Amino acid sequence: MSTLGKILVAAVAAIAVAALAFFMMGKPAEEQVEAKPEVKTEAKVEAPAEVKVEDKVVNVYNWSDYIDDQVLKDFEAETGIKVVYDVFDSNDVLETKLLAGGSGYDVVVPSAQFLARQIQAGVFGKLDKAKLTNWGNLWDVVLDRTSTYDPNHEHAVNYMWGTTGIGYNVKMVTERMADAPVNSWELVFKPEVAAKFADCGIYMLDAAEEILPSVLAYLGENPDTKDPAVIAKAEAALMAVRPYVRKFHSSEYIDALANGDICIAVGWSGDVFQAAARAAEANNGVEVSYSAPKEGAFMWFDMMAIPADAPHADNAHTFINYMMRADVIAKASNYVQYANGNKASQALLDKAVIDNPSIYPTDETMKKLFTITPYDADAQRALTRSWTRVKSGQ
Amino acid sequence: MLPDQLDVKVTSQPLHGSGVLRFVRECPPYRWAAGLCSVFGIQSRSLTVAVPYLWLLAFFLAPFLIVFKLSFSEILIAMPPYAPLYEMAEDGYLQITLHLENYSLLFQDDLYWKSYVSSLEIAIVSTMLTLMVGFPIAYGMARAPRPWRLPLMMMVILPFWTSFLIRVYAWIGILKPEGFLNMFLTWLGVIDEPLIILHTNIAVYIGIVYSYLPFMILPLYANLEKMDISLLEAAADLGCTPFKAFWKITFPLAMPGIIAGCFLVFIPAVGEFVIPDLLGGSSTLMIGKTLWAEFFNNRDWPLSSAVAVVLLLLLVVPIVWFQRLQAKREAQLN
Repeated sequence: MSTLGKILVAAVAAIAVAALAFFMMGKPAEEQVEAKPEVKTEAKVEAPAEVKVEDKVVNVYNWSDYIDDQVLKDFEAETGIKVVYDVFDSNDVLETKLLAGGSGYDVVVPSAQFLARQIQAGVFGKLDKAKLTNWGNLWDVVLDRTSTYDPNHEHAVNYMWGTTGIGYNVKMVTERMADAPVNSWELVFKPEVAAKFADCGIYMLDAAEEILPSVLAYLGENPDTKDPAVIAKAEAALMAVRPYVRKFHSSEYIDALANGDICIAVGWSGDVFQAAARAAEANNGVEVSYSAPKEGAFMWFDMMAIPADAPHADNAHTFINYMMRADVIAKASNYVQYANGNKASQALLDKAVIDNPSIYPTDETMKKLFTITPYDADAQRALTRSWTRVKSGQ
Repeated sequence: MLPDQLDVKVTSQPLHGSGVLRFVRECPPYRWAAGLCSVFGIQSRSLTVAVPYLWLLAFFLAPFLIVFKLSFSEILIAMPPYAPLYEMAEDGYLQITLHLENYSLLFQDDLYWKSYVSSLEIAIVSTMLTLMVGFPIAYGMARAPRPWRLPLMMMVILPFWTSFLIRVYAWIGILKPEGFLNMFLTWLGVIDEPLIILHTNIAVYIGIVYSYLPFMILPLYANLEKMDISLLEAAADLGCTPFKAFWKITFPLAMPGIIAGCFLVFIPAVGEFVIPDLLGGSSTLMIGKTLWAEFFNNRDWPLSSAVAVVLLLLLVVPIVWFQRLQAKREAQLN
């Protein structure tokens, strides 16, 4: 072997050793997490009646861009429980992990209509309300609306709620259409109007359960219908504007709106506000605004729940109870710009949040917001099939 | 004493050449197993053959049977979300329920066939593109001065040191309308309007060719390096032009390498999910994405298993047929 070859082999070996060492350095923390089942079983054998000895860890699986990191740090400092925080951007991914079982998560945050089906499948354990001492802080309006999904609130507590509406770049939209109907679904679902914005880019959530009902609201149909014939109408309407939609994606639109890469996104209220905040921070001249269309917008609830096989159920209760504290959830809401289901926190919210009708809608708008019940297997298939046809444009 | 024993052992067996094989044969577990086998009258050579079969059994056949079983099941709101295939009925009968509708649905709805066809199309085109890009590179490497070959080989393998996902993601930054490629071309003055490449099938082709190129180059290089150059000299002596010599000698001799490289690219490309998902548009139809939708959006594990089984049959049957044909041809030549 030539000298050059030897040097190369030596270099490769050195890098490999360095990489291995680096990998080992990161190991102890993981081992700590992995070691926990043993600890638990031992405790069970020795003293079955006593409180389980849990590692000081809680594994949280939440939506992306959905928490103020400071909240987690404060929780760790106060309780000594380490938060292992993992994120997803679609209910489908979360649900598949939950249905497979043994996900290892202690707290998960599905949307309410998914939660309902997961409860039915036996995914979640019941909440121990004795451990949730902050229950009194909850807001009856949200409790009332979420009881359709989780009767008697046995399995879940609301984290945040919001609407699915239209986020838009004010300058780009008015440039192309001075009297653009920004407070109506016409902006994206009426072909003549949507065509005007094809060049600057329209994004939509990749979530069949939210976009198709929104189209139904625009068409004046019942958004919560499970009738395939009516869903087909929504599909046809969406197909008519399909050529003007650049992409269906559930998280990329935050940056795309903030950077001015696109002019319209059908997305979640708080995400659009985050895009607006990022644009303001970057001072790039992009002004992003949000509207919940007048025909009615989807009102969703993200619910904190504890899987039945959660390895640290006690810590999970501690975490949820912490998130139910008025000052904590107010801090979280101020950061992510979503409304929460906590009445006591409202006094502590920033004026920009509590007084923003797009975050905390007026009673009148509230009445127009619709909710969606879970789809059964056949309706789900019809819906997804429509969605695939729309997305693939055929 | 000990070295003597070892020497005897190595020479007493037919030499299989490769150092790796010898290393395996010296490993204690192998020796123990071989010792155990010889008690039962099994030759240690058949043990060597058994290793790949055991591997296939554990990591291919067993998972496949699980998927195959699942494909006859029925969707259910439960954990896991499908019905068990067999149940013990009360009076001692074993009740097996096979749901064939998962397969019949694949034929009723054209979505699945369109996805299969479009996946095959994308895989074939990108395999050809990879061959066109990979062959000159492998050829250049094989003809390079000997000391250069190892560094060149390292450069082909080096991209693997970065995560596949990150490398595909990097292409988003290059290909997007305001990305590096468009900035560069606009700066050169070649284009006025940015090219829309990202979220089209072209981006998918670029992604597949880029990601799978080493799988094409390595078998080709191994093959071309072994080629006897004197054959080309003989052809030149007999008045053959270099161009003709390439097609008459180099190309046919490289055929095993080309076939191996094409299979290594084509098979994973058909089921590719990450590249079309990140680089392709919403209209890019590929079976990997359809499978994802069935599994994640519809939560229909049985149907997605049926999709996977049909995909496997679609791939395995022609490949086995092709290899049979290949083996026959070789037998004829000999």
